[in-house]
Amino acid sequence: MNNIYLYTLVGVGLFSLGLYALIVHAHLLRKILAINVMGSGVFLILVALANRTYGTAPDPVPHAMVITGIVVAISATALALALTLRVHTETGRVELPEESLE
Amino acid sequence: MEAITLLQLIFDTLLGFTLLWLAWQALSSPDLFRAIVLFIAFGLLMALTWVRLNAPDIALAEAAIGAGLTGALLLSALARLKAKNSATIMTEQVKNKPLFWLLLTMLSLAVTSGLAFSVLTLQENSPGLSIWVLENIETSGVSNPVTAVLLNYRGYDTLLEMSVLLVALLGIWSLGGVPKRHDSFPGQILNILIPLLVPLLIMVAGYLLWAGAHAPGGAFQAGSLLGAAGILFLLVGWQFGTQFMGLPLRIMITFGLALFIAVGVALMLFGNQFLEYPSSLAGSLIFLIEAAATLSIGITLAALFLGGRPGLRRHK
Repeated sequence: MNNIYLYTLVGVGLFSLGLYALIVHAHLLRKILAINVMGSGVFLILVALANRTYGTAPDPVPHAMVITGIVVAISATALALALTLRVHTETGRVELPEESLE
Repeated sequence: MEAITLLQLIFDTLLGFTLLWLAWQALSSPDLFRAIVLFIAFGLLMALTWVRLNAPDIALAEAAIGAGLTGALLLSALARLKAKNSATIMTEQVKNKPLFWLLLTMLSLAVTSGLAFSVLTLQENSPGLSIWVLENIETSGVSNPVTAVLLNYRGYDTLLEMSVLLVALLGIWSLGGVPKRHDSFPGQILNILIPLLVPLLIMVAGYLLWAGAHAPGGAFQAGSLLGAAGILFLLVGWQFGTQFMGLPLRIMITFGLALFIAVGVALMLFGNQFLEYPSSLAGSLIFLIEAAATLSIGITLAALFLGGRPGLRRHK
């Protein structure tokens, strides 16, 4: 049963890696990759924690939520990629303009 | 027994670290093509992880959608960007200011440790809703608990999820027509494989749809396989006649959602709540909704890959 916490921690790690990459990278394609990794981290935490059922079959409700989540993630990814391509067609760039902090 | 447990622990640990390493490589590799390929590998290992966590339904969805279709979408976008500037570009703030690096590292560490603390202090056993799901599985019309949750207990979620898929497609269509493809030849291997692969994909999709009632599988897994078949057609440059691209395409795309809503509303006319199936009809109604959903999901996913509204030239 220890693998529940092992995978939960891996999920936490994936979420943080994704968050870090999302902030650091300017390239929009990399930001989309980063959001997908963050999502995978959240799914992993949910499904790992669904196994805490006194050793019986895991809770199917988080499983169904994650399947829903995977489909929503690909919808969002496809829309984000289309927007990225549009930004590229309009400006020739693959990153958003930086706002100056000063 | 002990040796097997130890072996499993070693395997889980290796898998966990490989996942983290692949994610890191995918997010930091200077070459974007390499990054995307690593991300696809990451998705396949995620599918393996779902099996280890007793979630075969998610493993199927992840392998088909998470790794397969997302990878195809990313690679196709990369090809269209023709990006020479794919080297890692940091945001300006991070590049120039050490203070930002410091703040960012502290933020990441704080988020990681906060999350780790909160998940580790959760109570050790918490069956959640699983007891109720299993107690009422007889009335749900199916015997696979995940399908029961998706199509019966939480039918609203699935209804809204299909709306999200539709809205994403509408968003893409509103951005313009299908981008002009480069004249690239798919190559002999793909040409030979497609007549073999597509019938197989359709058959497996049908099986998954049918099996979803009592075993891992269901509308989304089946739909994504149909979507994959559609993408293969698009890759070799098969054109569907323009007469199918207008109203027929739109009807096919909205068919799943429309039937779902129609069933819900029809049930209300018989005095039930929206989407409250009578248990004698539940199995058939769920299969009907799933069959329509599979078709619509498959065509929608292929249309997402196409990346624009068919029949509309992109202005340049």
